[in-house]
Amino acid sequence: MDHISWLASIKVSEEEKAAFVASFNSVLDYFHQLDELATDDVEPTYRVVDLTNVFREDVAKESLSQEESLRNASRTENGYFKSPRIV
Amino acid sequence: MIRELQEGLFAGGSAEEMINSLFEKIRRSRLNAYNHIAEDQALERAREFDRAPWEGRLAGVPIAIKSSISTKGIETNCSSRILSGYIPPYDAHVIERLKEEGAIIIGKTNMDEFAMGTSTETSYFGPTKNPWDLDRVPGGSSGGSAAAVAAGEAPASLGSDTGGSIRCPASFCGIVGLKPTYGLVSRYGLVSYANSLEQIGPLTANVEDAALMMEAISGHDPRDSTSVKSEGGYLSGLYGGVEGLTFGVPEEYFGEGVDPLVEEAVWDAISKLEELGASWKMVSLPHTKYALAAYYIIAMSEASSNLARFDGLRYGLRLGADQDWHTTFSEIRAAGFGPEVKRRVLLGTYALSAGYYGRYYLKALKVRTLIKQDFERALSAGGADLLVTPTMPFPAFKIGERIEDPLSLYMADVFTVPINLAGVPAISVPCGFADGLPIGLQIIGRHFDEAAVLRAAEAYEDATPYHEAVPKEVI
Repeated sequence: MDHISWLASIKVSEEEKAAFVASFNSVLDYFHQLDELATDDVEPTYRVVDLTNVFREDVAKESLSQEESLRNASRTENGYFKSPRIV
Repeated sequence: MIRELQEGLFAGGSAEEMINSLFEKIRRSRLNAYNHIAEDQALERAREFDRAPWEGRLAGVPIAIKSSISTKGIETNCSSRILSGYIPPYDAHVIERLKEEGAIIIGKTNMDEFAMGTSTETSYFGPTKNPWDLDRVPGGSSGGSAAAVAAGEAPASLGSDTGGSIRCPASFCGIVGLKPTYGLVSRYGLVSYANSLEQIGPLTANVEDAALMMEAISGHDPRDSTSVKSEGGYLSGLYGGVEGLTFGVPEEYFGEGVDPLVEEAVWDAISKLEELGASWKMVSLPHTKYALAAYYIIAMSEASSNLARFDGLRYGLRLGADQDWHTTFSEIRAAGFGPEVKRRVLLGTYALSAGYYGRYYLKALKVRTLIKQDFERALSAGGADLLVTPTMPFPAFKIGERIEDPLSLYMADVFTVPINLAGVPAISVPCGFADGLPIGLQIIGRHFDEAAVLRAAEAYEDATPYHEAVPKEVI
């Protein structure tokens, strides 16, 4: 649970942990019914409509202005998004 | 509904008055169908229309939009704390199309948080109520969009359907809801939950309105790489009737777990289609029982990736003083997401994590192939033209009845998720009542055969009175 919480970048409190573990176990048990099906010779379906190599012309188009792009950010500095310290 | 409304407008009616009376109704309402009313923008556009009416298939028509679809300048929060206050700087493709056809966007409707739910109870802004019984859920996740149309708080709305999120609330609220073929409607500007499964579609008072909305929103958009061209013809072929069509009735969609009143209503509908000149036969979709598990594995896995973008940096919730990168984001996401969103992102992360990918995600994609093949066989040449089933196994349940037990809530989607896995189109139309609660009939077609789905739904609707019923609570 701690490892998954770290991977998903969602902090999970001790109280939440107990409730999540119980519901995860019942949901995962339900998922295991797929084990009944033999699927060794079945190809996976990633998408249902057959489209391959959807290309477009490599032409620059108008994009959002810097002001519009930053408008929803709560912390900005000198026209940039301000992020927490990385190192 | 839309046609009569437009006739009224062009016969001298005022769009401003009409929209003002809608807003008044919404403000008095106990349903909580809307998260946000676009009062200033809508009234300004209505006044412009009244001064110099414009042309368009939806000229002057007020439309409500699910809060997961981006609307420039109008808050789009997906009923989540993490996106509260977010105002998109651009319109989704479908919004551009509606505006080009002359529609007026009146507000954003309540939904399950990030479309994860079957009841609209996981909204950060509280549940929407079912207009037929205020103690019951409207279905989900597009519950606000459905309740608004059923209660006359909007003539039509848009929703999105990942595993039933248009058809379920349409069924529970007694209106029409269409999930188009995957790829027919651009997802550009739709906040992604499970991108390989979801489509935007209309929720309307009748089938003709759904066809009209499809004419407006379908078609190719280069900004969605899975988008394809539309053949159209939804309105022009709408009144062709069902004579000569063969309906398949999948045996797996009846029996254990299905309310007997729902079964009875669906069988009555099949008899009605037969009276109208169609034939029917039993068919089998043998992998139906595995659809729910495959659906939830794929949806949760895709959600864990799609929702990684919500970190409070470019938009949305930001809390306290910044610490290191990972701690800051983990705390923002812990505070910003509700329990069901956390559950799905965490389970999806688990299903995709090293050592489990083959067992869960890859396995589910293979089962998806088997389910898709079930539909291809049942709907092949010489087989059925369309399939008919119940939309939901039971009518609307009570608020609070299932929300504490996630698995029991997931089970409600048993007849809607296979359609998203296969990518085929399906509509829900009203087909009766069980103790005063609406029942939905699901009509499923071949890929890109929306024209046949709509034609059959129209013929059925025309021969039955159920779509005319209006909930008493809101008269």
